[in-house]
Amino acid sequence: MILVDFIVSRFNYWIYIILMMMGLFAMIAKKNLIKKLIGMSIFQTAIILFFVSIGVKEGSTIPILAHEAAHDPAHQQAAPLTEKGEGHIQNGKGRDALRAEDYANPLPHVLMLTAIVVGVATLGVGLAVVQKLHQEFGSIEEPEILAKIDSDDG
Amino acid sequence: MVDQYPAIVLLAPFFAAIAVSLLGNWKSGFCLPLTVLSLVISLMSSIALLGQVAESGEVVYLLGGWPRPYGIEFRVDPLNGLLLVVICTIALLSSIYSIRAAAVETPDKCPQFYTLYLLLVTGLLGMSMTGDAFNLYVLVEVASLTSYALIAMRSKRAVLASFNYIIMGTIGASFYLLGVGYLYMKTGSLNMVDIREVLLESGLYTSETILVAFMMIMVGVWIKMAFFPLHGWLPNAYSYAPSTASCVLAPLVTKVTVYVMIRMMFTVFGPEYVFVYLGWSDVVVWMAIVAILAGSILALAQTDLKKMLSYLIVAEVGYMVGGVWLANETALVGAIYHVISDAFMTLCLFLAAGAIITKTGKYCIKDMEGLFRKMPWTMVGFVIAALSMIGIPPTCGFFSKWYLINGGIEAGNWGYVAALLISSLINAILFFRVIEVAYFKKESTDSDKEETVSGSSGVGEPPLTMLGPLLVTAVCLLLIGIFNQEIVILIRQAVSSFGPLGFIG
Repeated sequence: MILVDFIVSRFNYWIYIILMMMGLFAMIAKKNLIKKLIGMSIFQTAIILFFVSIGVKEGSTIPILAHEAAHDPAHQQAAPLTEKGEGHIQNGKGRDALRAEDYANPLPHVLMLTAIVVGVATLGVGLAVVQKLHQEFGSIEEPEILAKIDSDDG
Repeated sequence: MVDQYPAIVLLAPFFAAIAVSLLGNWKSGFCLPLTVLSLVISLMSSIALLGQVAESGEVVYLLGGWPRPYGIEFRVDPLNGLLLVVICTIALLSSIYSIRAAAVETPDKCPQFYTLYLLLVTGLLGMSMTGDAFNLYVLVEVASLTSYALIAMRSKRAVLASFNYIIMGTIGASFYLLGVGYLYMKTGSLNMVDIREVLLESGLYTSETILVAFMMIMVGVWIKMAFFPLHGWLPNAYSYAPSTASCVLAPLVTKVTVYVMIRMMFTVFGPEYVFVYLGWSDVVVWMAIVAILAGSILALAQTDLKKMLSYLIVAEVGYMVGGVWLANETALVGAIYHVISDAFMTLCLFLAAGAIITKTGKYCIKDMEGLFRKMPWTMVGFVIAALSMIGIPPTCGFFSKWYLINGGIEAGNWGYVAALLISSLINAILFFRVIEVAYFKKESTDSDKEETVSGSSGVGEPPLTMLGPLLVTAVCLLLIGIFNQEIVILIRQAVSSFGPLGFIG
């Protein structure tokens, strides 16, 4: 029972680790270069999943400060927020109008926007390199390419 | 203006990269002058910045004016101030060198080559300046992506080497990113200084999450710097790359990554965590010893000149990692000093190798007969760099090894001392083998027909644009050696700001 709890309550981490290992396996063991790149993509996606899941909290909402959000019945404990949201943060009373635990942490999500861009760029460079390999060797299978290199030497 | 130096250092090559890609496609004559101009601006401002740092201590540059925990900041202390000057100097020297070589090796790809080149320099400069852990990841990837592309510019084997580098490099960077994620989970901050403060204030040293973060970051950084068992991508990538690209990749990428490791260990986690709490330094130093010996022995087995030099980089990475992990001030000073001197030594060797290869079209050491007669000045540069690799005074290689060996003795780690000495001896064998072939062997007659590969009938000195940077670098090697006192004072200033290393030899 304890073991089931241990796995179920942290299912996001388990999925991230399983995905990451799948990606790592494909990158190392597959002979086809495109499959290696697919593995790389899975590997990076696993990390994105990890980051996104650490920003999520139970019962939290999207991190946008709109004054409608304060009137939302789901957030009744939050005091009404005026247009000058910033002024509220500064004076002591307004502090409970903006309870941090009501909002998901946006920072990891924003970081992942950048990481997605980096991942796309890496994949792009990878695909371009595979294309060039195909032009030069007429193959995208690693053993065939290595055999061609060996026969060039000999 | 004076406040803006950190931004200028980074932005000059960055904007030049955009300008080169726009104007270069229209007229390729714009490429080189723009590149050189931007690197000169960068070099000037990095020297000015170093002066500022040496005078008044750490310079903090807030991007967008956001204060410490919220925004991204550039932090420049004597350590990365020095590194910035080194990066700019090396980038400038090899860009001058590239005038001829780029035209030969990557014809009609001039704008692309220089755009990537400048972006690589931007990434490296950013890596050494940033004070934000996630920003560092992005800049590491900027530098890596451009180096993949630069390596793949040559044909055949270089492309396959570049593909393997992509796979390994991405694994490394992803591990680093995961480590940053774990750090963020516990500390809620991405700013390096802030992370350290949170770690100390909340007593997080005992946390397992922090341990995982530290391991992930170290493994990621080790893959990126080609620390011995994880070095697989390096030799092929650097030896098959276009010679101009390897002239800037080989000296800089691994050294800047060593700097990243130092920054992570001392500024983010703190020496008291790494050395006192974890106490892994013995294990890592032994790994470094294995790296030094394996790198040297593998270098000894090579017949290809550039491949031999690439394996030497693996050995040199072992020197630096070992020096850092010996956990005393002398060794740390030695390691940082070796980062600087090794950058110049590697540059000098790769410049000389590039000049030899473009002029003669030969890669193998045994084909270098009679080179002293044909290109004496190139070989003078090569010999100075070789002496520095072996560690003969007054070249800088001697002084950095001196500090490293003293540090090893201070820590009582005789294995490391022995490994350094053995590796120096192997270096002596390696380089005297090359020098012997080049100096004493008579040229064989059947090599004449191969000379047509280089496109010129007679082999002489390379053009001044290749020879100039090579000789300047050779002089730099001597100057860094002669002015070691000044450099060491600066480095000590940086090391003392890390706080006590918490380890008594």
